[in-house]
Amino acid sequence: MTLLEFVAQYWPRLLTGTANTVALFFLSAALGIAIALVMALMKLSSYRALRWTAISYIEIFRGTSLLVQLYWVFFVMPLFGFTIEKFTAGYLAVGMNIGAYGAELVRGAILSTPRGQWEAALAINMSPAKRMWRIILPQALVNMLPAWGNLLIELLKGTALVSLISVADLMFEAKQINGSTFLSAQAFGTALIIYYVLARFILTPFMRWAERAMARKIGKA
Amino acid sequence: MQNLVGYPLELTGEDTPMVRFTNVRKSYGPLVVLDDLNLDVAEGEMVSIIGPSGSGKTTVLRMLMTLETINGGCIYVDGKPLTHMPKNDKLVLANTRYLRERRADIGMCFQHFNLFPHMTALQNCMEGPVQVLGLSKTEARERSEELLELVGMIDKKDQHPSRLSGGQQQRVAIARALAMRPKVMLFDEVTSALDPEVIGEVTNVIRALVSQHKLTMLMVTHQMGFARDISDRVCFFYGGKIEEQGPPADLFGNPQKERTQKFLSAVSEAI
Repeated sequence: MTLLEFVAQYWPRLLTGTANTVALFFLSAALGIAIALVMALMKLSSYRALRWTAISYIEIFRGTSLLVQLYWVFFVMPLFGFTIEKFTAGYLAVGMNIGAYGAELVRGAILSTPRGQWEAALAINMSPAKRMWRIILPQALVNMLPAWGNLLIELLKGTALVSLISVADLMFEAKQINGSTFLSAQAFGTALIIYYVLARFILTPFMRWAERAMARKIGKA
Repeated sequence: MQNLVGYPLELTGEDTPMVRFTNVRKSYGPLVVLDDLNLDVAEGEMVSIIGPSGSGKTTVLRMLMTLETINGGCIYVDGKPLTHMPKNDKLVLANTRYLRERRADIGMCFQHFNLFPHMTALQNCMEGPVQVLGLSKTEARERSEELLELVGMIDKKDQHPSRLSGGQQQRVAIARALAMRPKVMLFDEVTSALDPEVIGEVTNVIRALVSQHKLTMLMVTHQMGFARDISDRVCFFYGGKIEEQGPPADLFGNPQKERTQKFLSAVSEAI
């Protein structure tokens, strides 16, 4: 069976799988970005308790395997009385993991904003919160976008792991088709191509566009 | 840590200076940058600070802008302590809230302009009035456009800093600081990073401010001619102390101390 014939026959399942993968991507990306921002600010805080919470979080989620984290959320948390539906468990684990990596990106970008910007904002007497939101973060965002592009591609590929807790994503559907037809080359070949297309022809151009748009906004381009 | 004993909680009387440094000390670890500085600046006075690099000139302005903490003594602005606050009839180190309240009296321009790159010239000027003073956008725009007009930058009000020359950026930075209506303006080597041919456009703005406004100003500069022209008083700093001070005609024309003479002759040879 050629790849084309394969796709012609199994496209509905591949399509729902892809749709679920895309949904997982957006949910975990939103969660990851929010966590990254909060953890970065906490790690830069002058309050020791906040700083240490962030450091612990980042250490745990960067230092251990995403798959093990996923199993913890899905299999271990119910033992403590937190039963989480598998789709939710999927994007929670991936998002929390990527948030830990993202926190370091955000923190690095904040610290690399020129000192003079802090001083100028202080000289017009802005509050610490406004200095961060209105002056530092917009500039930091421009600096960290290229690194986020990388991280989001990692995240997209990382979502494939949720198939291991039976979330019906693209990888899960490919495995199911393979299990019933033994068309391994076609099933996993199609999955490979779809992941590549999503990363290379949708995500990457979008990030490039965002980088350019932000650079223009800051007057750099 | 630094509770001050014997310092007034407030300066009162006719001759209260706009700025007073009382026994101010600043050190970085073992390195003493300013040693027991005493300096008064009267309301409306323009004081220039000159001296070799490392003599503590810029630190004076940075302490006054509260960008640096001090290690001893007290700074007063408009009669009220700046670095310290009154508590139970004593002066204790100022907390952030008190600092924010007092800092409103002071504006500063920097050597490298430090305009916000993601905002236009007009937005740079409006940022403080809107976000800090709580002015409406209309009021803030009116005030900012007036000041951009004053510094000759109204034509470029919608440009981002990256589109402006150094001299233009510095003029916008002056407008941005003035938009906060400070009582004291600080100019920290505002022409040092500029190409020679655009220095004039910035010094002309400062000249106009001196002649038309009753602002109190402190300026750190390497431009002796400019300092001589516009200052009411010039302070020569050496090794963290004021070595000599006086009206520009005296200090430049007839310096008394040997270090001042050496410095001034070294500077004039360089030109």
